[in-house]
Amino acid sequence: MSILVNKDTRVIVQGFTGSQATLHSEQAIEYGTNIVGGITPGKGGQTHLGKPVFDTMDEAVKSVKPNASLIFVPAPFCKDSILEAAESGIELIVCITEGVPTLDMLDVKKRVDELGLTLIGPNCPGLITPGEAKLGIMPASIHMQGSIGIISRSGTLTYEAVKQTTDLGFGQSSCVGIGGDPIPGSSFIDILELFENDPQTKAIVMVGEIGGTAEEDAAEFIKNNVSKPVISYIAGQTAPAGKRMGHAGAIIAGGKGTAADKISKLKECGVHVADNLTEIGSTVAKVINK
Amino acid sequence: MNLHEFQGKELFAQYGLPVSNSKVIYEAEDAFKACRDIGGSKWVVKAQVHAGGRGKAGGVELVDTPEEATSFAKKWLGKRLITYQTDEKGQLVNSVLIEECTDIAEELYLSAVIDRESQRVVFIGSSEGGVNIEEVAKNSPEKIIYESIDPLCGAQGFQARKIAKVLKLNNEQTKQFTPMFKNLMKLFVEKDLSLLEINPLVITSGGLLHCLDAKINIDSNAIYRQPEIAQMHDPSQEDPRESEAAKNDLSYVSLDGNIGCMVNGAGLAMGTMDTIKYFGGNPANFLDVGGTATQERVSKAFKIILDDPEVRVVLVNIFGGIVRCDLIAEGVLAAIEEVGVEIPVVVRLEGNNADLGSEILSKANIKIESINNLGDAAKKAVELAK
Repeated sequence: MSILVNKDTRVIVQGFTGSQATLHSEQAIEYGTNIVGGITPGKGGQTHLGKPVFDTMDEAVKSVKPNASLIFVPAPFCKDSILEAAESGIELIVCITEGVPTLDMLDVKKRVDELGLTLIGPNCPGLITPGEAKLGIMPASIHMQGSIGIISRSGTLTYEAVKQTTDLGFGQSSCVGIGGDPIPGSSFIDILELFENDPQTKAIVMVGEIGGTAEEDAAEFIKNNVSKPVISYIAGQTAPAGKRMGHAGAIIAGGKGTAADKISKLKECGVHVADNLTEIGSTVAKVINK
Repeated sequence: MNLHEFQGKELFAQYGLPVSNSKVIYEAEDAFKACRDIGGSKWVVKAQVHAGGRGKAGGVELVDTPEEATSFAKKWLGKRLITYQTDEKGQLVNSVLIEECTDIAEELYLSAVIDRESQRVVFIGSSEGGVNIEEVAKNSPEKIIYESIDPLCGAQGFQARKIAKVLKLNNEQTKQFTPMFKNLMKLFVEKDLSLLEINPLVITSGGLLHCLDAKINIDSNAIYRQPEIAQMHDPSQEDPRESEAAKNDLSYVSLDGNIGCMVNGAGLAMGTMDTIKYFGGNPANFLDVGGTATQERVSKAFKIILDDPEVRVVLVNIFGGIVRCDLIAEGVLAAIEEVGVEIPVVVRLEGNNADLGSEILSKANIKIESINNLGDAAKKAVELAK
């Protein structure tokens, strides 16, 4: 078991023939991901990486029956692409692209919620179920099939948590990068719920960062709904207030959403917080071997 | 991206919102004519910087003569205004807004933001304007209304009437407020705002609503489709290294320490800063080279980091997902050669082609500490910075 994706997931890549999509689709196919085709308007009928290319999602759905989509189109076209996938009934949509306008996401999120679909991202590394399927841009080599579920707002921090849990021999059930944007398709809570119900997952690592109250909300949810141990790390303890730290999400405004706030709330709700980025793996070990 | 008050008011005027008759001046000698053109016998002169708290810092004055306006402009143009919202260096004043004076009966508060929790644009209104709204929210929350706008339905009249009740507007004012409210929402959406604040929104002695201030932030992700707004960008309001970085698609924030950081990914960059701090060091900056770091961008990043005279050591921490570590390694070498880096560089590479990257670095004839473990790399950097 795992969450969201496995080796049977039929993946369609939107923006398939672009350079980033090509690079990462190639790696995903090599990893064993069942990519059934791609979409690039105007290039329908061609073959790319040995897979059929379609002009529209509608044609793709009829022809290769995808149930998940991986989006690499440039930011100005993401709203269009996500809605195209959503309206075509794709149940899982993963948008890697960064720089999507926030107001586009307000519209998209509302529609995706109405349709009851799962959107991961944008501005995220995607998700992976080690040994089965990779829908994203993470380096495959650091992952290992195992028992830790990982959720993170940041791409490279996810890799750090993955590497440490692999090095200690735990491996991962699935890893989900939810992205650092103000309006993410899925929240920590959405993914925590999936991991709680996944028998393969023995413990959950939640990597957060300053800004917003997503971690505080997740802490409250964990207290009431998650029976599995949760280990957390919060980035941005040294970030000065009011400064935007790259991610649109990572800004402390009006004294809210500081690392200290988040850490104390998490601890209060029974989450094991790693003091330091290099101690995520060892904190997992401590909790699991207790 | 932030806008100046005068730019915000230009947008307000475009959307039919009531703002004062005004002129922007960039030279003190233009103040006299500006006052005469505006007319009247009293003017408000306001230093234009990207920061609040200008009044208390002396950046806003009421003047009775064009001469006083001129001397205000002389006093501030080219100077830096320090308010409680700026750092200790303050913000450069390169323009002054001169406005006709408005007689104020009441000061109200109105703003709109993108609320992450409800995932809607939310309007915030209060009858207590002109003051620190966070204080009002804390001490008398009943005086504040939060009204969220459905993205597909847009702002409705009943919502305007609801807000008007909390603002304690009379019937005439409510009639004036309803189209104002709808136009503000239109402005918010059409110009890709992330924040809009009118503090104070006033009721004049004549009983009319009037926007006395304008604070607008634009969603940087949407600048590509806002050519008119892009023109309003004022780089003088930003840290020069930060704006140089932005030009190169690098995300940089300068800090007080002496360990320069070059990291890929905002989260890992913050995590690296935290790790440095944890081992007793002080980061000199936040720098995210981004997902598609090329050799050129790494060179540029080095230049920006080294431009800070406090930096004694550079810690490069790259976890390659999209970015290939061998490219980063080559970029680091090329940059060190090009820029002439004389201080120690600690490099930690992990992920995509990390072995290849480390090999390239170890073969190079330059003193680079290549350490694969982040904790060890951070400790080394802290030690070298001492």
